[in-house]
Amino acid sequence: MSQPFRLNKEGLINRNKKISFTFNGKKLFGYEGDTIASALIANGIHLVGRSFKYHRPRGFFGAGVEEPNAKLQVEFNGHSEPNVNATEMELVEGLSATSQNCWPSVNFDIGAINNFLKMFFPAGFYYKTFMWPKSFWYKIYEPFIRKAAGLGVASIEKDKERYEHKFEYCDLLVTGSGPSGLASAYAAAKNGAKVILAEDKPRFGGTLLTDDVSIDNLSGKDWAEKIITELKSMPNVTVKNRSQVFGYYDHNMLVMFERVSDHLEKKSKFTPRQRLWYIRAKETILSTGSIERPIVFGNNDTPGIFLSAAAKEYMKVYGVLVGKKPLIFTNNDSAYETALEFKKNNVEPIILDTREELSSELIDEAKSKGIDIRFSHGVIVANGYKKVKSAKIGKLNKDKNSFEKIETVDCDCICVSGFWTPSVHLASQSGNKLKYEERIDAFIPDKKKQHETSVGAANGSFTLEESLKNGFENGSNLSAKITDTKTEIAIPNVNEKKYGAHDKFWCMPLPKNENPKRFVDFQNDVSVSDIEIALREGYRSIEHVKRYTTLGMATDQGRTSNLNGLQLVSNIENKIVPEVGHTTFRPPFTPITIGTIVGREVGMEYMPTRKTPMHEWHEKNNAVFVDAGAWKRPRYYKQGNETLFEASKREAKNVRENVGICDVTTLGKIDIKGPDAAEFLNRVYTNAWMKLPVGKARYGLMLREDGIVMDDGTTTRISENHYHMTTTTAQAANVLSHLEYYLQIVWPELNVNVVSTTEQWAGAAIAGPKSRDMLSKLYPDLDVSNDSLPFMGYKEADFFGVPSRIFRISFSGELAYEINVKSDHGMFMWEKMMEVGKEFGNQPYGTEALSTLRIEMGHVAGPELDGRTIPSDVSLNGLVSKKKDFIGKNSLGREAFNVESRQKIVGLIPIDRKSSIPEGSHIVQDQNAKLPNPKLGHVSSSCWSVENNNPFSLAIMKDGKNMIGKKFFAVSPLKNKSIEVEVISSHYVDPEGKRVRS
Amino acid sequence: MLYIKCPYCGFRAQKEFSYGGDATVKRPNINEEVSSEDWDNFVYMRKSPRGKHIELWQHIAGCRQWIKVQRDTATHEIFQTAKVTEEIR
Ligand SMILES: [Zn+2]
Repeated sequence: MSQPFRLNKEGLINRNKKISFTFNGKKLFGYEGDTIASALIANGIHLVGRSFKYHRPRGFFGAGVEEPNAKLQVEFNGHSEPNVNATEMELVEGLSATSQNCWPSVNFDIGAINNFLKMFFPAGFYYKTFMWPKSFWYKIYEPFIRKAAGLGVASIEKDKERYEHKFEYCDLLVTGSGPSGLASAYAAAKNGAKVILAEDKPRFGGTLLTDDVSIDNLSGKDWAEKIITELKSMPNVTVKNRSQVFGYYDHNMLVMFERVSDHLEKKSKFTPRQRLWYIRAKETILSTGSIERPIVFGNNDTPGIFLSAAAKEYMKVYGVLVGKKPLIFTNNDSAYETALEFKKNNVEPIILDTREELSSELIDEAKSKGIDIRFSHGVIVANGYKKVKSAKIGKLNKDKNSFEKIETVDCDCICVSGFWTPSVHLASQSGNKLKYEERIDAFIPDKKKQHETSVGAANGSFTLEESLKNGFENGSNLSAKITDTKTEIAIPNVNEKKYGAHDKFWCMPLPKNENPKRFVDFQNDVSVSDIEIALREGYRSIEHVKRYTTLGMATDQGRTSNLNGLQLVSNIENKIVPEVGHTTFRPPFTPITIGTIVGREVGMEYMPTRKTPMHEWHEKNNAVFVDAGAWKRPRYYKQGNETLFEASKREAKNVRENVGICDVTTLGKIDIKGPDAAEFLNRVYTNAWMKLPVGKARYGLMLREDGIVMDDGTTTRISENHYHMTTTTAQAANVLSHLEYYLQIVWPELNVNVVSTTEQWAGAAIAGPKSRDMLSKLYPDLDVSNDSLPFMGYKEADFFGVPSRIFRISFSGELAYEINVKSDHGMFMWEKMMEVGKEFGNQPYGTEALSTLRIEMGHVAGPELDGRTIPSDVSLNGLVSKKKDFIGKNSLGREAFNVESRQKIVGLIPIDRKSSIPEGSHIVQDQNAKLPNPKLGHVSSSCWSVENNNPFSLAIMKDGKNMIGKKFFAVSPLKNKSIEVEVISSHYVDPEGKRVRS
Repeated sequence: MLYIKCPYCGFRAQKEFSYGGDATVKRPNINEEVSSEDWDNFVYMRKSPRGKHIELWQHIAGCRQWIKVQRDTATHEIFQTAKVTEEIR
């Protein structure tokens, strides 16, 4: 397969390795080292897509990140990726690329009718047209716009690739490996600094790869290679290609996107596809270079029109000609290098230079080589629909606003250069206010905001000599401050061509009665006339003009269009560019994959999973788990075809009738030690703690300072100065921080230490009327009688050779115990309990049965302690001491907390004794009342009472206690249910609490 | 992401800390009478300055110490960090 536009020798590609790929179904070949773009151009293919709004044919314009047009849908290595920049994506065997935003094909696109109706699609068209009627939006307008605006298609398959995050710290981060970046990194490395050098492209060297320069008698490319080789050999340097620093955040944190393996044909299972680096750098060198901007002219979006530097890069890096009959259209000297490169490859260019005839090193060289140069000339309009065929060119008058002569010349490509724009995105993201530099008609960084130092072209230095000097000096000075070492480095001798002054000219006028589209922003189809309309309609702020026209808002962030747009606005408004100002740069610089942002935090790795030591047993015994924070807790143990409802009923009933065991390891546990521990607990809890004897547990209630209940649990006095506190599973972390806050900040004089021991202990609750019988079998040598181990008693005892703690506490409201052993022995304890408990009918029970048991007992939990209730709301005012001070006490006197009609906890049962009441239901007087129906309260917890064999709920209700005996409706619009209920006491079972004391 | 110097551990990423509010608020002494106005000011009233502000952070994934951080709420610049027992001018 021949590649008609491939040069014979030139380029840095590997001609020994052919790579096959397809484009829109056609099989083609390129070489290793090609991008999709360079391979397609080598094959003479320029038409790659259709434009966003008018569906105009579009081809390649740039050779890297600046590319506005060539966004393809690419399938490779088993996945399909939309909006891939063809000028950046490296060719890989078997890759298949297709055009986007066209139907049925890129050659015949029905949407192109928009181009002929373009008078109907001016700036603000969507805003104006699709505003009303409102009902049309979802059904008609939105689908239409979505289809018309279709970029690529995201895959709906699960992403099987691996992505990684990496955190890194360094002294100096250098972003870009052009001359100034290499110099900075080298100088800093020689000073012993820890350096990271990041290069977005696969090859290091930046413009050194394409510019005709020499450094210390080496070609730019060879010098770059020499420096990179040395840097790679230094242990204090990390050199990364295919890595783009795309964001500059607070406190000198930069984020880098590394394309690890997209260019590889084969890779190991564990090689990530892409990697996100969070880099905290002490100093940052921004050597991001500059991007050429175009000159605006008629039909300047026709395929075959390139940035001049891109055309040169295709020749020098890829050995590819963008055309064989080039027109070079420029306002400065740099495009002459492109012309000379064409000439070197035996292609005859014509140069159109907007400047009046002048002389410079490059111009003289071009003249001496016999290149056709036409001064005061420019391209008026490109001819050709799917590819440039010719151009109407004109000789500009003195004022450059009309033409002295117009003619048409044949050409197959136009290489345009409107001078250079420093890439200041990272500087701007760091908070740097940019300043306008008249000399280069562009913005450059102003005073440092963080630790960013811009060097080289990114700072507006467009000569190699200056860039190198800049780089060496800054790299050396910045790193010397960190390492206290300064190694003298001789700044190398440079040989480069001197440029003449550029022309401050950026948009070609149009001859009378001609009105071709002149595009400013290619990717979003924003033309000169769109900006004119926006200004005519009164938009003044550049931010508003941007949003109204969508100028610079596409994925290329206006890299080739922003400054031309600004120039246009300032010309029309008769302002100078700095007054108009620039729009905000935001990360990411180029689109990055969602997979990279997510990293490994997917599926099971989304958050840590906490498992109790008995987890495996639960798994083997058909536990169905529920997430409690990061914990996995058995919700119920499924037997046969049982439903959740059936299983939890069985388990709860067994606790009420026999005995059950429950894994309570997840409860928060905090060890509290110190001579002031009792005083501390007395301040933290609402009830009295000074007189709790050793060997006794007490139920405690803690509040926030605003009087709202924070958490509840039991705390046991293990020894004189040692307490064991339990918290709810959900509040464990908060309670610990809360205690630390008071000990460290509010009462540092208290001699107390707290530490979490949640993970150190495995816990099992034994509950039910037969639990004491079972306990006596578990501890044959221990007196477990009610006298010896009463309710709220505590003992330490040997559990079949393992030390254990026995707490006689109960959440289920039954006679119950909680046994704790060291986590390592958790499984042993559990299995032993299952074995010993057999004869008493012991069964494990999950959280669903646990809830049932506590609800019908009227014990409050998370749904009642919801951050809105004070102790008296949930019938816990008995635990609130009137004698002592404690956290939140002063708030309990607030007026609103003490009004008679305040919400209180009550019980609810359905009148029909059958209908379950959905949690979250609203309690209303009249289910048919006009909306908004006054809400009297809400249902917080619901269960099927196993004791009474009917549904029972807890509710928080206005004036609750006085409502007992009355009837209301519990209404759940979500479940579409309305159930007539009767208000009863919240203590539905054993209201006197006899069982726990039995 | 902020870079916070824990007075005990040194510079650590913000990920390791949790925010704890205004550090200039002082809790009324325990066991002492307090007017409801003073109490309400302590519980509810907070300044929300634009600019320098001394706030509490806890090094939750580190030494678990509460610390003071003087930070510019607009620019995120951190001027000083200190132990809670130390004063920040
Ligand atoms: Zn710390």
